[in-house]
Amino acid sequence: MKQQNINPEACPVTAKHIKVALVGQPNVGKSMLINSISNAHLHVGNFSGVTVDKTEVLFDYKDYHFTVVDLPGTYAFTDYTIEERVTHEYLCAEDYDIIINVVDSTNIEKNLQLTSELLTMSKKIVIALNMSDEAEKEGILIDEKYMSELLGVSCVKVSAATKMGIEELIDTVIEVYEKPKQEPKLVFSEAVEEEIEKIVSYLKKHKYKAVNSYRNVAINLLKNNKKTYEKLHDDPIWTELQPILIEASRHIELHHDTDDIKEAFAEEYASFNRGIVAEVVKYTADERREKKSLTEKIDAILIHPVFGIPIFLFFMWGLFQLTFTLGNIPMEWIDGFFGWLGETIAPTISNDDIRSLVVDGIIGGVGAVVLFTPNIIILFIGIALLETTGYMSRVAFLLDGFFHKFGLHGQSFIPLVTGFGCSIPAYMSARILKNDRDRLLTLFIIGFMSCGARLPVYVLFAGAFFGQDMAGTVLFIIYVSGAILGLIAAKVLKMTAFKGVDEPFVMEMPKYRLPSFKLIWHTVLTQTIMYLKKAGTFIAGAAMLIWFLSNYPHNELLDQEYSVKIEQAATSEQKREYENKLAEMQLEQSYLGRIGKLTEPLFEPLGFDWKMNVALQAGLAAKEVVVSTLGVLYSMGGDVDETSHSLAENIRKHIPFASAVSFIVVVMVYLPCLAATTVFAKEAGSWKYAFYLFIFTSVVAYVLAFIAYNVTRVLVGG
Amino acid sequence: MTLYEVEKSKKVKVIKLNASYELKQRLISFGIMKDAVIEVLEHAPRKKTIEVRVGKMRLALRAEEAQQIEVEEI
Ligand SMILES: Nc1nc2c(ncn2[C@@H]2O[C@H](COP(=O)(O)OP(=O)(O)O)[C@@H](O)[C@H]2O)c(=O)[nH]1
Ligand SMILES: [Mg+2]
Repeated sequence: MKQQNINPEACPVTAKHIKVALVGQPNVGKSMLINSISNAHLHVGNFSGVTVDKTEVLFDYKDYHFTVVDLPGTYAFTDYTIEERVTHEYLCAEDYDIIINVVDSTNIEKNLQLTSELLTMSKKIVIALNMSDEAEKEGILIDEKYMSELLGVSCVKVSAATKMGIEELIDTVIEVYEKPKQEPKLVFSEAVEEEIEKIVSYLKKHKYKAVNSYRNVAINLLKNNKKTYEKLHDDPIWTELQPILIEASRHIELHHDTDDIKEAFAEEYASFNRGIVAEVVKYTADERREKKSLTEKIDAILIHPVFGIPIFLFFMWGLFQLTFTLGNIPMEWIDGFFGWLGETIAPTISNDDIRSLVVDGIIGGVGAVVLFTPNIIILFIGIALLETTGYMSRVAFLLDGFFHKFGLHGQSFIPLVTGFGCSIPAYMSARILKNDRDRLLTLFIIGFMSCGARLPVYVLFAGAFFGQDMAGTVLFIIYVSGAILGLIAAKVLKMTAFKGVDEPFVMEMPKYRLPSFKLIWHTVLTQTIMYLKKAGTFIAGAAMLIWFLSNYPHNELLDQEYSVKIEQAATSEQKREYENKLAEMQLEQSYLGRIGKLTEPLFEPLGFDWKMNVALQAGLAAKEVVVSTLGVLYSMGGDVDETSHSLAENIRKHIPFASAVSFIVVVMVYLPCLAATTVFAKEAGSWKYAFYLFIFTSVVAYVLAFIAYNVTRVLVGG
Repeated sequence: MTLYEVEKSKKVKVIKLNASYELKQRLISFGIMKDAVIEVLEHAPRKKTIEVRVGKMRLALRAEEAQQIEVEEI
């Protein structure tokens, strides 16, 4: 590749454009193949309408301008997962010139099942026999020339890992692109061939005008292909053709002893593929002896009935530690940097309103977005490691029994645990759940896992009402009851909103592989860019909205009144008191404060006064804000933290115990923060779901807080 | 006999899929169809999930799904 003049910058005007769709089953090395094309431009985006990442590479080779799209892995055209749907739709509806079907050479027979389906699509195809380095090691010899001949499709041996055969693959693509389309040789059983022949001769007799060959039309008709059906449905020959088709389907189904034509065709493909494999794949003596593979040895430990789960918990603990301890270091730098940036810029802006907008609104908002990036990167690296090594499916295997009881999936565990750190990466990691319903349900209950940002609130209240010795236990109880509530909520949602049959759980357990640095780097980079691009704009917007609500309208009269008082203050203590008072008064008459007052009757049954309302509503923006808002409102100044002794004391003095309990319950259950909610909406696929989440968490929080308030009042009094 | 009842490290052949349309498609896409040979490899705790081998691929499926696959010994 490298010695050829692949130059992504200069695209000659005369160049021909070749658009390639990269298709294959999961884990065959598509992403790695795209990566092994050096000097290519990487484009990251979304498939329209869904959250599935779309990677494209652009490069020039010889006189051609290439665009290669990495389509999500799919086992067959079953539309089971979003990924499969995306791929299927893309292949049927989008405009592209040629398919590269990536195949895992170490497991050809299984991979050819998808190939067979591609062959009926009447598109130009090149088969890339990937992982040939691994196949060679395992003693699997493939005669690709013979295979090309048997299938009527060019097959090229490649290895994405060692970059072998990549150039030849692209040359073949060009060659196939330039030649007229060749009919692939897909041979069926006698029964099916007979019916195909009947339909073909009927089409011939009526001189039916088709773009594709009659054979192809016939196969697609028999397969019940929607598009072909629709096309012929409006044709005059349909009335005569239909009975022939019905008869043919009956014949084929009878032959396969099934009432499902798809099943019949799957069996047809399987036996055809068995034939191909028998012809073109040879094994050295080594392979046939069926020695215990490395994967089997590792699995004996990692999915051991007794040790499997403890080992996994240890890995999780490690990932968690890394995410939130290692991640905290750059977070402090970032925080510091944006603080410094704000302070540096502030003096250069003379207008008060604009300065506040730029410093608190924009810089603060963008800072919040960037702040989470280290966490997200570390978490993504962890997940990419779990996925590319093949361990992720083992996790699902081990834990599915427990989580299935609550209507969840074995892999739900990872986003849920991540939720204890921060809901944003947790929502993003829910992507590992391939099924829509499993993922949505998991997304809905992630918030019940108390994130790190809620800790300050808990610490403050635990410290205010319990002694030092008890506070730890109280914290633990809060966290555990949150998790239990989450599982109960999952069960309830599963029985109501997500009612219906269980999604089937059938999952491949891929071979264990050493992670590839380049591939992980590429995956993490893609996802991080997506986060910054998509969520970033929304999060910054949300932060600015809250800034606006808590700063406007600004009462100038209050400012003037207090600036005099502050100036005349005798002691610095008194001065601070006035400053706090001013902040409190300003907040009270801001939009946020007004909302707090307005909603007082609504929250009275929970034992909240307007100050608690405001703190909770500001907490919708971010939980960190709850403590600082309480600080302002209880006249302690905005710069307090949860360890502030006097704030805890003030809270004990002003907030009845029952109200405090109910306050904590609300903080445990309601929306984590605006940033997380934005990410939630992105991951769930629609703002509609964010609205549902808001309603769901608010109602649950309200009801639980109401119960907690009244029970505590009866038990403790107050 | 269903796949669920098969002991560890025994090989069986699929006779019929007694599954819903959706699950059937899913199973077929993984190569579990009539005449396919399946080997049971491992049971998860309390046999909630089982690991099998179909051809060269390893698959995990739930007890419920395994119960819908009719097999015979070979
Ligand atoms: N030995 C070897 N490993 C490969 C090759 N191509 C990909 N892999 C590994 O196979 C795994 C899956 O690759 P990936 O590109 O993520 O597959 P995708 O799901 O098709 O995009 C990764 O662990 C890769 O490192 C190859 O040609 N040889
Ligand atoms: Mg990929």
